[in-house]
Amino acid sequence: MSKFKKKKDGDLPAISTASLPDIVFMLLFFFMVATVMRQNTLMIQNDLPYADQVEKLQKKDLIMYIYAGKPSDRYQSQYGTEARVQLNDKFADVSDIQQFVIEERESKREELQNNLTAALKIDTETNMGLVSDIKYELRRAEQYRVNYTTRPGEASKNMQ
Amino acid sequence: MAKRSAPEVNAGSMADIAFLLLIFFLVTTTIETDKGINSKLPPIEDQPEDPPPIKQKNIFMVLVNQNNKLLVEDEPMQLTNLREAAIEFLDNGGGTGDEACNYCQGSADPESSDNPVKAIISLQNDRETEYGTYIAVRNELTAAYNALRNREAQRLFGTSFVELERRFNDPDFDGDTDKLKEKIGRIRDMYPMKLSEAEPKKRN
Repeated sequence: MSKFKKKKDGDLPAISTASLPDIVFMLLFFFMVATVMRQNTLMIQNDLPYADQVEKLQKKDLIMYIYAGKPSDRYQSQYGTEARVQLNDKFADVSDIQQFVIEERESKREELQNNLTAALKIDTETNMGLVSDIKYELRRAEQYRVNYTTRPGEASKNMQ
Repeated sequence: MAKRSAPEVNAGSMADIAFLLLIFFLVTTTIETDKGINSKLPPIEDQPEDPPPIKQKNIFMVLVNQNNKLLVEDEPMQLTNLREAAIEFLDNGGGTGDEACNYCQGSADPESSDNPVKAIISLQNDRETEYGTYIAVRNELTAAYNALRNREAQRLFGTSFVELERRFNDPDFDGDTDKLKEKIGRIRDMYPMKLSEAEPKKRN
């Protein structure tokens, strides 16, 4: 009799969670590989415009980022709502760009210094006045290779 | 002394540690956008030398005003029509003799451009034009060039120009890079991208 009894009162065995760490590690590695660390803390609004005739930026280490746009909400009381330039982690003046380019160039190996690209991450609503000032400063610094970073999408979405 | 087996290490908290790391990476990282329109700025010239004479009909004027409205060749235009108008202008091939274009498929209108090699698109903004509009216009003009280049690449090499470029930039490509470069150069010579950007108009 006792033989049968054993089967009856046995509850469902607990599900083994031993493989849970493996699953989580798998997810962890996916995110570690698939994502890039944010280099700069953005202090500006940065809604990039849409474009579909785009090329991929190749070498991540040969890119310098120049941001421009209106200061984000929490900085507006201090810096106003006029669009500004951001280099590295702080607001900068347009005239600082030349120095920034030179510093970026010197931090790279000599044979790669001419292959640098300036990625312009500029908010959609910025006026072209500021953009052309930035471009003029880049030309003065002899940084001719630029990339207007965009989001994938129809260009007509910018006009709305 | 009898050998005692080492006690098993409890791995129960491993999941917690892994979760902690996972959440850290989820929060601190963003998927970066790394695509855009490439461009090369012109060098600054100290002494503005006499510009070479360019026929008015070889210039395609695109003006964008402060209300983000387009004026193309002295007529207002919608952004959606810009691509077609630019293709028509570039591919016109109205030249004769030395300036004739034997691969153009345009209408050969004598009032429009002679040859894609000579055709220049001039883009001028107002200082208060929005950047988004500028990118939209540039995107359409780039699209016009790409469409023509694709057509010629398809005709000559059986693949599109964009595909040739993608292969050229692909580090895993193991074909003949020099040959590819030559092909790209040939297409680029047929439809060179001559996009001139004037300084935005100053207003007082």
